[in-house]
Amino acid sequence: MSSSKILELQQIKREFVMGTETVRALKGVSFDVFSGEFVTIMGSSGSGKTTLLNILGCLDKPTGGDYLLDGVNVSKLSRNELARLRNHKIGFVFQSYNLLPRTSALENVELPLFYNPELTTRERRERAMGALASVKLVDREDHTPSQLSGGQQQRVAIARALVNQPVMILADEATGNLDTRTSYEIMALMQELNQQEGKTIIFVTHEPDIAAFSSRTVMLRDGKVVKDSKNENVRSAKEALAALPPADDY
Amino acid sequence: MSTLNLILIALRALQRNKLRAFLTMLGIIIGVAAVIAMVAIGEGSKESIQSQLSSMGSNMITVLPASNVAGGVRIGGASYQSLTLPDVLAIQRGAEHVSAVSPVSSTKGQAIFGALNWPTTLQGVAPSYFDIRKLTISDGIAFSDADVATAAKVCVLGQTVISNLFPSGESPVGKVIRLNSIPLQVIGTLAPKGQSSFGQDQDDIILTPYTTVQKRILATIYFQSIYASAVSETTSAQATDEIIDILRGTHRLRPADENDFQVRTMEELIKTLSSTSSLLTILLTAIAGISLVIGGIGIMNIMYVSVTERTREIGLRMSIGARELDILLQFLVEAIIISVTGGLIGVVLGITTAKVITLALGWPTVVSQSSIVLSFVVCAFTGVFFGYYPAQAASRLDPIEALRYE
Repeated sequence: MSSSKILELQQIKREFVMGTETVRALKGVSFDVFSGEFVTIMGSSGSGKTTLLNILGCLDKPTGGDYLLDGVNVSKLSRNELARLRNHKIGFVFQSYNLLPRTSALENVELPLFYNPELTTRERRERAMGALASVKLVDREDHTPSQLSGGQQQRVAIARALVNQPVMILADEATGNLDTRTSYEIMALMQELNQQEGKTIIFVTHEPDIAAFSSRTVMLRDGKVVKDSKNENVRSAKEALAALPPADDY
Repeated sequence: MSTLNLILIALRALQRNKLRAFLTMLGIIIGVAAVIAMVAIGEGSKESIQSQLSSMGSNMITVLPASNVAGGVRIGGASYQSLTLPDVLAIQRGAEHVSAVSPVSSTKGQAIFGALNWPTTLQGVAPSYFDIRKLTISDGIAFSDADVATAAKVCVLGQTVISNLFPSGESPVGKVIRLNSIPLQVIGTLAPKGQSSFGQDQDDIILTPYTTVQKRILATIYFQSIYASAVSETTSAQATDEIIDILRGTHRLRPADENDFQVRTMEELIKTLSSTSSLLTILLTAIAGISLVIGGIGIMNIMYVSVTERTREIGLRMSIGARELDILLQFLVEAIIISVTGGLIGVVLGITTAKVITLALGWPTVVSQSSIVLSFVVCAFTGVFFGYYPAQAASRLDPIEALRYE
């Protein structure tokens, strides 16, 4: 069970037509992700990692190749079916959190459940509280984003990604706006979700530092996979956090 | 997505942006309230102008005897003696478009009180004459049908008569004056009416029951004229036709016979009245139109800005599983909630404003139902329409671009 294939990418191509020119952002990317993996996708700007992330997140469709998410061929789905898939199978975490302003943490976490018609109000609330509990923010449920620190906001965003019990969490530079300490805190949380709850995580980043916390790294360059390696020596974010010099402010 | 969820999402989104929602609503509130209040003021002025015009007796109809022909020579106007009480009663009974009718039997004479005297006109009329001529009693009372039945020696004085017979300012009510040696007790006085449009002093008059004049002074059964009032200015022509028909009947005229009477209406006044009221209607429509356009532009502006401002939110909602339809419906429901709530508040505010204006400034206002319905429907429609357009734009956004929108 634990090694079932969640993602299957076969020769994914994505071309953009800009006027008379055709930009080939992805030139045939193939790799599989198994359940329970913690994969970082790395690459410099222009390597095609954002394009790949959009395709993985069902926000965009490849112009060539097949993408199977949990056994479903995404390339053949309509926009509405894609929306349903995003709601049920994917949890997004963004660099800029994208929380709704002036809205409590709990309501932010609840948001994806509103687009899932099968749930009652009580189930929605319970699930949202559960997700907040797994990011250790139960006591902040009624705080609005402006009352939370960056790290806390990102944790709310992670809770929001978890609330629909997706098959994978897709993070786009999720630590990009955070300082080292908070980044490590977020990575520790990610590792915990991965190791203790068996969540599959795909983490897009350009910081090698962050990639060290994952179990596998896929390196992109110019729209192609140049390296796909298992990380034999996964660094523990918790230990890294402990090794940091104590906070020097105050 | 269920309807309940949809409404919940829209309500939360509005709650999150109370100020913006309120500003949007304000556009609608002001639009609706302005239309209702302006139209109420306009309608009020229209009605008061109309009532002033009709107080000039625009719905008045006068019946006079025709001129007599004696040996081929026409003898002056109204020289026939043809109008009698049965004519009056027949008009009262038979004319649907006539609201009141009164005979007039008048004579001239010298009114005497104490050492003072004044030459004036004594008009014998029915109590309904006060209505027809829009005369108001300023002091005392008017005479009644009972006074008519008994040919009572009572009278109501016009202001010119009062100022000549009672120069010291004492109240004439209760005093007895004499006219052509008949004593008449003053039971009321008329409010001043001033000159008529043809320069006649309308206050130089004494009113008394027509029976008093007919039996006690003139000893006649004929009237000099009959005054009637049509139900309204617009039915004046029908009323005239009815009166002609009835009088030809009571006078037993054969189809070939000429009328032995003449019926006159206040043609010119009616024309003035209808042109004034159509002018006012145009004015009102213009005011309402401008208010609605301004309200609509306000709504459009803020709705459009709201969608642009919320691009990222739309992107986020899409990324967590909102379908195009969900986004479209959310914005539409928001627009409907804002428009309808704003519209309702606007109606209340508009009516209140009209009432306050009446109380504070004493301007007459009439809140018309059509203005309420029109402004509410137009503003709600504008809100939804201008909400729909940006909502559609929002739902078509590419989630990736929307998420990156700064």
